[in-house]
Amino acid sequence: MTDEQDKILDEVTNSEYKYGFVTDVETEMIPKGLNEDVIRMISKKKEEPDWMLEFRLNAFRHWQKMEMPTWAHLTIPEINYQDIIYYAAPKRKAAPGSLDEIDPELKATFDKLGIPLEEQKMLTGVAVDAVMDSTSVKTTFRETLAEQGIIFCSMTEAIKEHPDLVRKYLASVVPPTDNFFAALNSAVFSDGSFCYIPKGVRCPMELSTYFRINAANTGQFERTLIVADDDSYVSYLEGCTAPMRDENQLHAAIVEIIAMENAEVKYSTVQNWYPGDKNGKGGIYNFVTKRGMCRGKNSKISWTQVETGSAITWKYPSCILLGDNSYSEFYSVAVTNNYQQADTGTKMIHIGKNTRSRIVSKGISAGFSNNSYRGLVKVLKGAENARNFSQCDSLLLGDKCGAHTFPYLEVENPSSIVEHEATTSKIGEDQIFYCNQRGLSTEDAVGLIINGYAKEVLNKLPMEFAVEAQKLLQISLEGSVG
Amino acid sequence: MLVIKDLHAKINDKEILKGINLEVKAGEVHAIMGPNGSGKSTLASVLTGRELVEVTHGQVEFNGKNLLEMSPEIRSREGIFLSFQYPVEIPGVSMVNFMKAAVNEHRKYKGLGPLSASDFLKLLRERKELVEIDSALTNRSVNEGFSGGEKKKNEIFQMAMLEPKLAILDETDSGLDIDALRIVANGVNKLKRPDNAVVVITHYQRLLDYIVPDFVHILYNGRIVKSAGKELALELEKKGYDWIKNGEDL
Ligand SMILES: Nc1ncnc2c1ncn2[C@@H]1O[C@H](COP(=O)(O)OP(=O)(O)O)[C@@H](O)[C@H]1O
Ligand SMILES: [Mg+2]
Repeated sequence: MTDEQDKILDEVTNSEYKYGFVTDVETEMIPKGLNEDVIRMISKKKEEPDWMLEFRLNAFRHWQKMEMPTWAHLTIPEINYQDIIYYAAPKRKAAPGSLDEIDPELKATFDKLGIPLEEQKMLTGVAVDAVMDSTSVKTTFRETLAEQGIIFCSMTEAIKEHPDLVRKYLASVVPPTDNFFAALNSAVFSDGSFCYIPKGVRCPMELSTYFRINAANTGQFERTLIVADDDSYVSYLEGCTAPMRDENQLHAAIVEIIAMENAEVKYSTVQNWYPGDKNGKGGIYNFVTKRGMCRGKNSKISWTQVETGSAITWKYPSCILLGDNSYSEFYSVAVTNNYQQADTGTKMIHIGKNTRSRIVSKGISAGFSNNSYRGLVKVLKGAENARNFSQCDSLLLGDKCGAHTFPYLEVENPSSIVEHEATTSKIGEDQIFYCNQRGLSTEDAVGLIINGYAKEVLNKLPMEFAVEAQKLLQISLEGSVG
Repeated sequence: MLVIKDLHAKINDKEILKGINLEVKAGEVHAIMGPNGSGKSTLASVLTGRELVEVTHGQVEFNGKNLLEMSPEIRSREGIFLSFQYPVEIPGVSMVNFMKAAVNEHRKYKGLGPLSASDFLKLLRERKELVEIDSALTNRSVNEGFSGGEKKKNEIFQMAMLEPKLAILDETDSGLDIDALRIVANGVNKLKRPDNAVVVITHYQRLLDYIVPDFVHILYNGRIVKSAGKELALELEKKGYDWIKNGEDL
């Protein structure tokens, strides 16, 4: 890691959002606006069965009765849901399959993002589902994975090819009625990834989805469903970027994870949606519902997130610990700079006996930004001997930003032990000067200090991701000190 | 190597340095002594470029270059090292990473490529032995949870890693027991070469028994009020600072 760190510090020289370009590709779009006809149109484009359309329509009808939540420590400008395009897809000549059928522009785009779609060029051991706007462009290594019975494909394909599995698990963790954005997503979701690891299989490579917003005026509403059957294991990564645009774009996704008996799912994400410019213009509104369920005994779900992007982040990757002895952990670094706002955290719901959870949250605020941790630890009556430990740290750069912590505890079982620790600190002028005196620039000093502060979380990420994340942390905070 | 001419400096509008003149040549050891609050640390801050201190008048030349125009990190890379009176803790940043970043920045400045991991670890081991610092310290975060003595030893270890041309030791002896003092002084002496120089800021004679100065200066109320050979330190030890404060026969 030390080698990498040096390389990173050397490499990083510009503070621009590197992924802000737009791909010039012919895009099929439906008109702006949201109503039942639009939902029917989306469902038809995806050649969905009736039950799927019903699911969407029910969700939509419910959504219409709901209000946007206002409890988060966020200032959200009014969103006109009729002013958004709900389906945009790069046009393709034929059905996806071989690479030759993918527009070279799209291939080039993903190359530029560091996600080559040719399997031989990929990082060894990572299978990718590449999603642009509303559709999956390509899923690599599908055949290799299929040999072990692993299903890894786009959601659209899963609905067609594995309807029984999808019907069984879709919305079983996040029902459409769960919250405003979950209902919206359930009505209009366009694509995303599906993966199923059969009983007893250890997935031999990392599975990952890369989400890219390209088209203007569109929202992205993807849906990811990960099912790990008994005694299986999978590590899943998610990455995302978007062009720099002056107007805000909405991203409202759902991720559901199900871990059966003795199964383990590691979910890691580096969220790098366009954060808006220095003055707070533009950027993605990221309103996401991510939830896992440890359904079986001894199952394990771990969330690791590095949140650097988006103008507004509203996100609480959570876990329902249903199976006895199940375990979940949430490791998070959330950075806000300039005028970014983040309200993020987790919920750990202990239902089964001897369930354990661990929360490590590291917030970093700079500029004029606001960064809140919001966490709920809930221990139900039957959760004998449940354990939770939460550590929430905030680091402030400068004095115009804010850090807030909202920990909620609801403990109904007296045999449980719930611990919470919190700290707030600042990067001191004396720390930076100490580094300067040893020959480090202020920018490098901040990078070093930040990475030191976030180390516990970064260490949880798979290697290639950790390197990427370290770079990102430093880039995100450039110009915020000195 | 270092030429300070009529240097005036203030902190928050209060003049602290009131016309310092000092010349340090390669190969020399200078001691700066004086009562608390005289401006010794402030002088170190000016030489290392701490923003808090504003230079209002005077010049400082370092190896022919205008030192006052350089940023703190450039001064470091040019070869100025400060052993801090109060080294700060940097949680989460391991000493190894910290030193690697620092050494490589210094190398880059000289046009050299970064050290390979194994060469770096070799250097680290070698210098640790030189200054007799406990092996475990480099595995910990920078100064975090270090005792007072460990912090001071760690400063000298960093000095050994960076091989400065001019090392300023700001009360590196304070808070050290006699064994630690000997270790620190031995480290400094082993690093002494004809082409580098040391400025030792101290209250007490005892460090100067080990690091023998060529010149001793007394800094009082922002001015160097007396300069002489090493015998001046002994005289101070005997007579205390009162005679200086009272302005007796300087
Ligand atoms: N950060 C600071 N803010 C305000 N005054 C300071 C600061 N640091 C030092 N001073 C003042 O400068 C003067 C010289 O202090 P210093 O250089 O630390 O003395 P010495 O190192 O000789 O004991 C003292 O009067 C002290 O109060
Ligand atoms: Mg002092």
